[in-house]
Amino acid sequence: MKLEIETPRHLVDVQDLKLDRIEPTTDGGLRIGALVTNTALAADTRVRRDYGVLTRAIVAGASGQLRNKATTAGNLLQRTRCPYFYDPNMPCNKRKPGSGCAAIGGYSRQLAVIGSSDQCIATYPGDMAVAMRVLDAMVETVKADGTSRAIPIADFHRLPGEKPHLDNNLEAGELITAVTLPRPLGGTHHYEKVRDRASYAFALVSVAAVIQKDGSGRAAFGGVAHKPWRVEAADAVMTQGAAAVTARAFANARPTENNAFKIPLATRALAATIAEGKSA
Amino acid sequence: MMSEIEMSRRGVLAGSAAAAALAAAPPAEAQPAKAPAPAIMPVSLTINGKRRDLNLDTRTTLLDALREHLKLTGTKKGCDHGQCGACTVIVNGERINSCLSLAVQHQGDEVKTIEGLGTPDKLHPMQAAFVRHDGYQCGYCTPGQICSAVAVLDEIKRGVPSHVQADLSARPQPTDIEMRERMSGNICRCGAYSNIAEAMAEVAGATVKEMGA
Ligand SMILES: Cc1cc2nc3c(=O)[nH]c(=O)nc-3n(C[C@H](O)[C@H](O)[C@H](O)COP(=O)(O)OP(=O)(O)OC[C@H]3O[C@@H](n4cnc5c(N)ncnc54)[C@H](O)[C@@H]3O)c2cc1C
Ligand code: SF4
Ligand code: FES
Ligand code: FES
Repeated sequence: MKLEIETPRHLVDVQDLKLDRIEPTTDGGLRIGALVTNTALAADTRVRRDYGVLTRAIVAGASGQLRNKATTAGNLLQRTRCPYFYDPNMPCNKRKPGSGCAAIGGYSRQLAVIGSSDQCIATYPGDMAVAMRVLDAMVETVKADGTSRAIPIADFHRLPGEKPHLDNNLEAGELITAVTLPRPLGGTHHYEKVRDRASYAFALVSVAAVIQKDGSGRAAFGGVAHKPWRVEAADAVMTQGAAAVTARAFANARPTENNAFKIPLATRALAATIAEGKSA
Repeated sequence: MMSEIEMSRRGVLAGSAAAAALAAAPPAEAQPAKAPAPAIMPVSLTINGKRRDLNLDTRTTLLDALREHLKLTGTKKGCDHGQCGACTVIVNGERINSCLSLAVQHQGDEVKTIEGLGTPDKLHPMQAAFVRHDGYQCGYCTPGQICSAVAVLDEIKRGVPSHVQADLSARPQPTDIEMRERMSGNICRCGAYSNIAEAMAEVAGATVKEMGA
């Protein structure tokens, strides 16, 4: 808004809606109110105990000051974008549909290696949602007409396709009320974030993983696509090691010359989490 | 993120040049007949223990309300985009970036700024430690660093977890690595980091003793 990339006519302050609680669900999971702050969610004892990957992902993101203010819904809804999005002198299909994409053929080291389109190669920047993807969270909403629905996190964020200006599948006027987590998965929980400095930087590649005693498990990747990236068929070969998983998860990758390094980096980051799981 | 900062700086410059060009030759359809008057709203906050009543353009950030309207210029504006931490203040006991928050969202809130932590005659222990350890050079980031440092020690005491914690169920301790990680949202272009860490360690040590640990 400060750069006038967005110029909303009205802002609606939702902070006093009573959506700031974390409660157990009837099927053994947790319901996280949309306005629960990142700090409060990461610090919740149930989350630390049963959904450690979520705490780890949140504290790997942004800074202490930002996490104190960021909310569950707001963090999920960070814009998927690249640096050119902020520069009104450059073409960007996300900012101005049809204007072109400055990143394709431009500076793309941080951008998507998979799931991109000829219109946009931006990456989803958030950490929390990558953990929610590995946990199969559901996003609960209420629409302007009062009806509510629950969207699986896998279907919440979009790939750019022909409509890169749309980051997610919310309708106009649809409000997030909560995110629910299913029953705990057990296993060991890991979030490995590789970035250009040790703290307070967006991911080049991140891995959220839950690894079981028998070596099976699941993994979602951040920093690689327009949405948190998880391929269930790749999870199925977890016992064969990281390279087998990423061979499947990144089978149709289309990296640029600048960012092809992300695929071996994803393999190594996953290998590190698997090793961590074994030693835990 | 560095490149994003650099790119967006370029974007800001390019953006303002473009805005100036627009003002010189406004395209007819982009110019509404009359710009609507800004929306003004009353807001009351408690700042450093004193109630303050303001009438603000709803677009005013908490940072601009403090600096421009209340003349509390101790809190600094570095980036205005949540990237540097110079604007850190403590709201209802938690540190936030005041540049990213609209003042009207803080109706009834308790805000503590560097002016409320201590005075030149009666420094807050963290301020005194920064002086003793040379925790600054130009001093521009310092009010934000000090507000953040005070809040960080409180966060550690309250058991808020961090990225460097090995065991999520354990209580965090005020170790050097914990404090450095938690202070990563405060950038110092002069690079006074190691002295800031020493100042914090001194205050944390005193606090730990106080707690009888
Ligand atoms: C310098 C910097 C570094 C950062 N680094 C990271 C990082 O490394 N990792 C990371 O994950 N994040 C990072 N962030 C992002 C930060 O965590 C987000 O800015 C923050 O999560 C935004 O949350 P918010 O709650 O303030 O959202 P807002 O800015 O309030 O909202 C974001 C969007 O969501 C909409 N919205 C909010 N609530 C709802 C709702 N209930 N229903 C429907 N729509 C809603 C708003 O209208 C808006 O469009 C960084 C941010 C900055 C400024
Ligand atoms: S990658 Fe996407 S966000 Fe970046 S310039 Fe291209 S269209 Fe815009
Ligand atoms: S001025 Fe607020 S973070 Fe830089
Ligand atoms: S003392 Fe100069 S920026 Fe920190």
